[in-house]
Amino acid sequence: MTAPTSLRAAAPEALPHDTRPLPPWVPFAVAAVAVAVALALRGVLGSGPVLTTILAAIVFAVLLNLVSRQVEGSRRAADRTVTTVVSAMFVAAMVPLASLIWTVLTRGSGRVDVEFFTATMRNVIGEGGGAMHAILGTLIITALAALISVPIGMLTAIYLVEYGGGGRLARAVTFLVDVMTGIPSIVAGLFAYAMFALIFGPGVRFGIGGAVALSVLMVPVVVRSVEEMLKLVPAELREASYALGVPKWRTILKVVLPAAAAGIGTGVTLAVARVIGETAPLLLIVGTTTSLNLNPFDGRMATLPVFAYFSFVTPGARPEPALDRAWTAALVLMLIVLSLNLVARLIARRFAPAGGR
Amino acid sequence: MTSLTPTTGLTPEPAPAGAPPPPRAPAARSQTPRRLGDRVFSGLSTSAGVLILITLAGVALFLVTESLPVLSADAADLPEGGFLDYLLPLLFGTVLAAVLALLFATPLAIGIALFISHYAPRRVARTLGYLTDLLAAIPSVIYGLWGANVLAPYVVPTYGWLEANLGFLPFFTGPVSASGRTILTAGVVLAVMILPIMAAINREVFLQTPSLHEEAALALGATRWEMIRMTVLPYGRSGVVGGAMLGLGRALGETIAVLLVLSASGGISFNLIGQANPPTIPSNIAAQFPEATGLDVNLLIATGLVLFVLTFAINFAARAVVARRAEFDGASG
Repeated sequence: MTAPTSLRAAAPEALPHDTRPLPPWVPFAVAAVAVAVALALRGVLGSGPVLTTILAAIVFAVLLNLVSRQVEGSRRAADRTVTTVVSAMFVAAMVPLASLIWTVLTRGSGRVDVEFFTATMRNVIGEGGGAMHAILGTLIITALAALISVPIGMLTAIYLVEYGGGGRLARAVTFLVDVMTGIPSIVAGLFAYAMFALIFGPGVRFGIGGAVALSVLMVPVVVRSVEEMLKLVPAELREASYALGVPKWRTILKVVLPAAAAGIGTGVTLAVARVIGETAPLLLIVGTTTSLNLNPFDGRMATLPVFAYFSFVTPGARPEPALDRAWTAALVLMLIVLSLNLVARLIARRFAPAGGR
Repeated sequence: MTSLTPTTGLTPEPAPAGAPPPPRAPAARSQTPRRLGDRVFSGLSTSAGVLILITLAGVALFLVTESLPVLSADAADLPEGGFLDYLLPLLFGTVLAAVLALLFATPLAIGIALFISHYAPRRVARTLGYLTDLLAAIPSVIYGLWGANVLAPYVVPTYGWLEANLGFLPFFTGPVSASGRTILTAGVVLAVMILPIMAAINREVFLQTPSLHEEAALALGATRWEMIRMTVLPYGRSGVVGGAMLGLGRALGETIAVLLVLSASGGISFNLIGQANPPTIPSNIAAQFPEATGLDVNLLIATGLVLFVLTFAINFAARAVVARRAEFDGASG
């Protein structure tokens, strides 16, 4: 092995003072050579664009290592190779993600029209139809989930930070919140179904069940972020308030929570963004329907993710219109999630305490 | 209620002002619960904490009660071979897809995290970090649609090449699936899905490397890679392991993306590119549940219970790894 395992071992063959690093134009020259080689090989092998790019990257890494090894020594050569590999990994990982966003944008824009947002799928076969019922269903169920989880999550966080004091119950709750974070969404759906099936009998489907399932996923996220934010509030603020004779509950409501408001707003928005795209639990306990149902306590409701799923899986006799609807639903869903993230970011920036980083 | 006149400053009720603080502290604390507002508020927040305990106990309890009929059912009512024979291919498929995803995602996540934390220019790095956070939020149904429509057709020629050249390996024996919707494709989609969250965790850990360590390495003449290898990677190792296990937990429980991508029909097989792929527990539940009645529902819930226990164990191990790191940090200052 030429690569030293520690600096101590490297010391005898430390970077010589008289060797200069490669001139800055050399990597570009090597890159040009690599591209040329890859293009030449493309003629021979008949490789596609992806394979050509990969080949060019490999040739570039190897050539640059060889050149650098001659001029700068093996340590700098290894450094250059790792730089190439890490950058290539980053680019390679971005390709599928870029492809995903591009696909959703191009294929989803086909049905972004008035009808999609104002019509339901009632009595629609083939072309036309819309997802108004699904969009409203998603909004209703997510709002209900937030209504359930935000108070529970915030109170739990307040308990953990202000009242628990590291006691046995507080440690147990912290642990269980961690466990809840890892619950697979489908298990949350099964839980909601199993619970409501015991009460209302088997085969139960309604919107509030979906809200309960989403709450199971949302509560731990809210607890975590609110807890972090409450911990950031300086103890001096609380102590100053106590010293003024303010009772603890008023201190929490009037001093601690306002100080953490921005962070809490960000955390809650991100939690909503996380659950609004959930499909699996809603598939189990809410089901789907083609008509508008605004009553979450009675009968199946359509939701955007489930709508996209069923449009793709059971497109009907002529698949194209259903597939278009599926992609547009995906696009709308993605835009909702991304704008929620942006809103969270804006809340964090706008209301950040002065002097904060 | 108390008056907040800044001139007096102190609570009027307890001992006279001017008493030494240490003996007063316990007395003041024992006063607090007596106030009605405090009692109500602490009661509310404590019961919220207890509600979480109850919810989780409820998850376990309801899943178990709904699974019990499977154990007591007649063998004739169950699928052929009983519950275990039904479960094993599902469990195999779940673990296989998740492990494949982890194999692809772990090195890439480390690469992305290193790129953002130590290679990209700082201004660019912030935007990139923000971008990976955004990508982590994209709903799984979108990843599923993309995997089934874009990725699966695209990889079919590659699978053909794998069969032709590496067909002697048990993983790549033919015949190749014509749709490309195999367990390997599902693994790739899962890898793409868990990549942002894993990269975000790794990035956080790498950024926490004490800059004194890094600067010391650089001052001793280390190149950037030597600095990373000697300070960043050892420091972030347990964080990377913990992040990978959290990613594994996500991949195990992922439902809709796998359901959309995977065309499942087979049993246990190590052939990654064939036509008969094992289903996974969550995708099987989602596929069968809408149509299921009677004992089939209990059967599906029982597999869900197994998944719950599995992800619980994985997450538990992940927390233990991360917690050990935290203790280590505390010890080393």
